[in-house]
Amino acid sequence: MLQYFLKRLLSLGLSLVAASIVIFLALEVVPGDPAAYMLGINAQEDTLNALREQLGLNGTILQRYLSWAGGLLVGDFGTSYTYRIPVAELIGERLWVSLPLALYALTLSTMIAFPAGIWAASRRGSYVDTGVMGVTQLGVAIPNFWFAMLMVLVFAINLRWFSAGGFPGWDEGVLAGLKALTLPAVALALPQASILTRVMRSSLLDTLGEDFIRSARAKGLSRGQAMWRHALRNALIPVLTIMGLQFSFLLAGAIIIENVFYLPGLGRLVFQAISSRDLIVVESVVMLLVFAVILVNFSVDLAYALVDPRLRSRR
Amino acid sequence: MGRAMRLNKFGSGLISVLALAASIGMADAKSDIIVAMQLEPPHLDPTGAAAGAIDSVLYSNVFEGLTRFGPDGSVNPGLAESWTISEDGKTYTFKLHEGVTFHDGSDMTAEDVKFSLDRARADDSANAQKALFAGIENVSVVDPQTVVVTLKEANSSFLFNLAWGDAVIVAPETVADIKTNPVGTGAFKFSDWVQGDRIDLERNPDYWGTPAKLDNVTFKFISDPTAAFAAVMAEDVNAFVGFPAPENLPQFEADPRFQVLVGSTEGETILAMNNKLPPLDNVKVREAIAHAIDRQAIIDGAMFGYGTPIGTHFAPHNPDYVDLTGSSQHDPELSKKLLAEAGFPDGFETTLKLPPPSYARRGGEIIASQLRAIGIETEITNLEWAQWLEQVFRGKDYGLTIVSHTEPMDIGIYARPDYYFQYGTPEFQKLFAAITSENDPEKRSALLKEAQEMIAADYVNAYLFQLAFPTVADARIKGLWKNQPTQATDLTAVSWEE
Repeated sequence: MLQYFLKRLLSLGLSLVAASIVIFLALEVVPGDPAAYMLGINAQEDTLNALREQLGLNGTILQRYLSWAGGLLVGDFGTSYTYRIPVAELIGERLWVSLPLALYALTLSTMIAFPAGIWAASRRGSYVDTGVMGVTQLGVAIPNFWFAMLMVLVFAINLRWFSAGGFPGWDEGVLAGLKALTLPAVALALPQASILTRVMRSSLLDTLGEDFIRSARAKGLSRGQAMWRHALRNALIPVLTIMGLQFSFLLAGAIIIENVFYLPGLGRLVFQAISSRDLIVVESVVMLLVFAVILVNFSVDLAYALVDPRLRSRR
Repeated sequence: MGRAMRLNKFGSGLISVLALAASIGMADAKSDIIVAMQLEPPHLDPTGAAAGAIDSVLYSNVFEGLTRFGPDGSVNPGLAESWTISEDGKTYTFKLHEGVTFHDGSDMTAEDVKFSLDRARADDSANAQKALFAGIENVSVVDPQTVVVTLKEANSSFLFNLAWGDAVIVAPETVADIKTNPVGTGAFKFSDWVQGDRIDLERNPDYWGTPAKLDNVTFKFISDPTAAFAAVMAEDVNAFVGFPAPENLPQFEADPRFQVLVGSTEGETILAMNNKLPPLDNVKVREAIAHAIDRQAIIDGAMFGYGTPIGTHFAPHNPDYVDLTGSSQHDPELSKKLLAEAGFPDGFETTLKLPPPSYARRGGEIIASQLRAIGIETEITNLEWAQWLEQVFRGKDYGLTIVSHTEPMDIGIYARPDYYFQYGTPEFQKLFAAITSENDPEKRSALLKEAQEMIAADYVNAYLFQLAFPTVADARIKGLWKNQPTQATDLTAVSWEE
């Protein structure tokens, strides 16, 4: 187990170093000068130089990489070119929207997918199964931004149950915050839940066809008992993998939904930072997301080991 | 009798409760406002970036300069109550208002004015409009209420320049963190900024001038046009200034809950041409392009009918404007003739580089097809702003581009030979120098008209339309600016209807 853990940890570290180099170089070749963007078309050459000096844009590539990567190691993400506040602070505030939103959406999708997937698998071929498969097919096919706009039209403009977007901040109370995140979370959860339901169902059906289930049934367990005690746990591995991928996607990939609901989340931060060439924010957020994805994968790897004892004993 | 009394008592009690509830409801609704706009300011220092969004939130509300723009674009007294100009036009003596305090409680004096102007023109200044201050020779303090500014040469635009958001007066002790905590002298104080979501202002109770009528102001930032539409329809915001989806305006106009104001801006939208790049260096070719363009088709197709056609680089609402649209009326046959005369009977190929705004992207498609009709093929490239600045504006690596020049009174860019469309002829430079040093309003007006005619006759660029500025607001809001003489959302006179 320890060796398994150390191996995973080493690959985590190497992935991070490689990612930081790729991210930095990729953004270095992007055309566009942050100082010129900020000062606009009437800026004079000496003003531009003064600003570049202030922003630390005048060093060599190596110097700038080392100062950025060195800062990351001690948790210093640098200072945003445009906002002029520490990037860590900026990301911290946005995480308070993006992280709860991702967790909210993941919770919703899990709460829908687990029962629906199990229900469909346990009544394979019935109307229930067909119904669930049909609805999830629709869920996968509907683009979430379109669904989001539809919800805004119904729940915000016509019924006035929710506001059309925005985020009041957690200072206004947990309920107000959750209320503001509800429509976006539902919009994000719908396709995820559909995918997860289908994965859950097919994985469970595969497992139910295995020899050890037949043995369990032969020893006298009912179909339900065999499923709950033996099949479910074994069917979880692919489901966990998908959930891990979905969480990283929800954290980073909510850009469109954040725009539809004008939420101050990480996705929108990156989007704005790219167009204003606030490269240090882009680099740091992308790096953080890479870190999150790698960490989630790492945790999923560890979770495999918990669910599947064979992985633990294997070197 | 008794029964009637009781009923009466109950009735009046009910009425007073209702009145109380109504007055609470009224107090709530009538003193606060939520104003939405598309872009969020990158930071809150109007003297340290070109971003118009900074002025849209802070100009006049939080920060004030010696002079200020009125809603009609006129230059009015601001922190300077009056001024005198010396005979030679080089020395300005400003008399400051008494009793003006910054939001941190300190007095605003001549020392602060000197500090602010010196800071803007210093060697390490990051002021995006540093050129506005380049003509200043010296700023000196006479007494706390009097400041004297000496110019190197007479400049008839100096008072106008001082009204820009980039020339506001700041307090020396607060500039260190002005980008996140702006301290000004205006009728509103900055209170909070939730990055990515909103900026809150509150009424300044110690304001030196006419106090604001609103107690609290919230600016919200909604960039997506669909989300903007939803936010207004759901009444999540009370007003949307610079509404980004002109196609939805008729729907708001038809809805009694809303008022729609379509104002003018300082944004001359032009099809800029690279005057040094063959064959665009040939005036006949540029004239051919100008006549190939059907302005109304572009205004209708790209702006849903909102926008005023222009024939030169000048705002139509300005009293000195000359309507020169006739010198470049839509005439494809004439264009073909001119092209043939210039030696391109079969047309030619050039690039058309488009920045992100919809006037450029939608307008670009229409212009490309209008040019194709006279034989000019364009290769369209869509660029982000940062790329546009680098390739087109600084690199001058383009044939044609579409952009809106939103700075007020910016005809002076035609005097700069190194400017991206590379005009700057000696004749125009001479003319512009004359305009700058002319202090007589009538003569100045005549010279400005001459300048407009000169660039139109040289077909420097193809002039398309003046950008419109749509505002959608709750029908009960009064006092909003309709026009945009500078990028501003001056809320000092805004109130709710009784």
